[in-house]
Amino acid sequence: MDLETIKSTLEANVPDCRLEVIVNPSPSGQHSLLVDAEHAFAVASFLRSSAGFNYCSNVTGIDWPAKELSEKVKVKKIVDGVETEIDEVSKTMIPGCLEVVYHLFSMSEKIGPLPLRMRTQDRAEGVHLPSLTPVWRSAELQEREVFDLFGVVFDGHPDLRRLLMWDEFEDHPMRRDYVNPDDYEYEPTAHDDVLQRANQHRSTVGER
Amino acid sequence: MSVTAYPTTPPILEPAADGSETQLLEISMGPQHPSTHGVFRMNVVLDGERVVKLKPVFGYLHRNHEKIAENETYLGSMPYTDRLDYICSITNNWAYALAVEKLAGIQVPERAEYLRVITGELTRLQNHASLIGFLLQDMGSSGTPLMYAFRERENILDLFEALTGSRMMCNYMRFGGCRVDTPAGWLEQAQKVVTEFPRFLDEYENLLVGNEILMERTQGIGVLSPELAIDSAISGPMARASGVNYDIRKVDNYSIYSRFSFRVPLGSHGDVYDRYMIRFLEMRESVKILNEAMRDIPAGPIVDPKMRIRGFRPKPGEAYGRIESPKGELGFYLISDGSTNPYRYRVRPPSLINLTVLEDLCLGVNVADVVAILGSIDIVLGEVDR
Repeated sequence: MDLETIKSTLEANVPDCRLEVIVNPSPSGQHSLLVDAEHAFAVASFLRSSAGFNYCSNVTGIDWPAKELSEKVKVKKIVDGVETEIDEVSKTMIPGCLEVVYHLFSMSEKIGPLPLRMRTQDRAEGVHLPSLTPVWRSAELQEREVFDLFGVVFDGHPDLRRLLMWDEFEDHPMRRDYVNPDDYEYEPTAHDDVLQRANQHRSTVGER
Repeated sequence: MSVTAYPTTPPILEPAADGSETQLLEISMGPQHPSTHGVFRMNVVLDGERVVKLKPVFGYLHRNHEKIAENETYLGSMPYTDRLDYICSITNNWAYALAVEKLAGIQVPERAEYLRVITGELTRLQNHASLIGFLLQDMGSSGTPLMYAFRERENILDLFEALTGSRMMCNYMRFGGCRVDTPAGWLEQAQKVVTEFPRFLDEYENLLVGNEILMERTQGIGVLSPELAIDSAISGPMARASGVNYDIRKVDNYSIYSRFSFRVPLGSHGDVYDRYMIRFLEMRESVKILNEAMRDIPAGPIVDPKMRIRGFRPKPGEAYGRIESPKGELGFYLISDGSTNPYRYRVRPPSLINLTVLEDLCLGVNVADVVAILGSIDIVLGEVDR
């Protein structure tokens, strides 16, 4: 079953779902299916129950920060009454998002992987995605890991807590723009600039 | 995001028949418990001896391996993969090399494929041997079984040392082949170890397989149904002990596994005893593969001569490569943006994902059996926490 067949079957069976085939240019040839967040649960349930993808092996996140694409465009302009062509740099912002990838396999048909992707609206507020743990139990710990390290909030997850970092930790370390907190203890005996930065965070209350 | 709080004060139960008040007891097993094979903690709620709730706590060994690898060149994280599942470094290398080869479309020469199979199956032998030793040690047969298993493991580690220079952190694979060829006489020595290995298996089976206490402790304990195993993506010997016929060596036919005649042993009950026995059967199949591989290994180069390691930049794209490691499906997911470092590097850890069902297996058993169930899952914390 190739990806186009899966896509058309899904479109026929899950009404209004917006699917997109993401072409993978590498020799591995593992093209993936991007699904919109509203219909992701229905699409996943259909893949599980009717298309035979019963084995969801790998769940992971990818951080795509906003980036600026600069393109050189030739623009005709009238300079001093003479029409000349000048290079102008046009800049377009590509908004960032967080992406979650599920690698699906079919045990009976022995096919796969089918990478199923979902994208969040942005990287700040709209980081909610539907949890696919009710469809594949194997996503339980892995979605917790994505929540922990990337900050994607999975709605409908039975037990969404941090997995690897401790509960009081605030940031998401796998994001591209993550910086270590500056009171981070690099070594047991901090000195020089590390000590200076650490001292800024030290409470003076109750010091003897 | 609110964090689901774990109940701190266990509820008081209904008074018992004789009027005495009983209470649920919450204990923390680990992270320094000797049976957790590392730093792993379970919050267990007990009703008497019986487990009524169990929540695993992860992260004591977390060092964000994935982030470190993203700041490193492709080859630079190869030695670091040794430290994931530190019992089986060679299969970790293999999975990573396989994913990069898929990403960049690199061919592996014939002799290197054979060397990979030989070292990979030797890794499986020593992993399973030490696992059954640890499992029996956890269940209280102090000393002898573990020492017997380690005696055999030692022979295989000596082979690794002669081949790669290191006993456990082998760092053996390269993209498109292996790092070094066998030294003179290595294959003969390996053949000797492999030929003698079934004798150890017979000895070990005679020692304990029919043991009444062992059967009492393991049969019917921690039963995993095949439906739950598939749903939770349980892989490796643990899934096959539940009767799920899924061996990636057969399914994906990666490397040259299609050339060897071996069978996939399957369990029928999915309890601790089946998970224990399936390791013996798998070791016997691995011995078959090793004998055939060492008979057929051709001469030739051990690395693709066109492969240039320095300044290695795969074209943009992504790849997911997986192998059947001794613990289960070990996968690497890589995204390249055309630079020298991977844009995204993900390890699919079989140890962590096999722990998804830990609570399901442990509910209702005695607290002493939790140790046996955890031991039969076969985890290594370097891989669970990464």
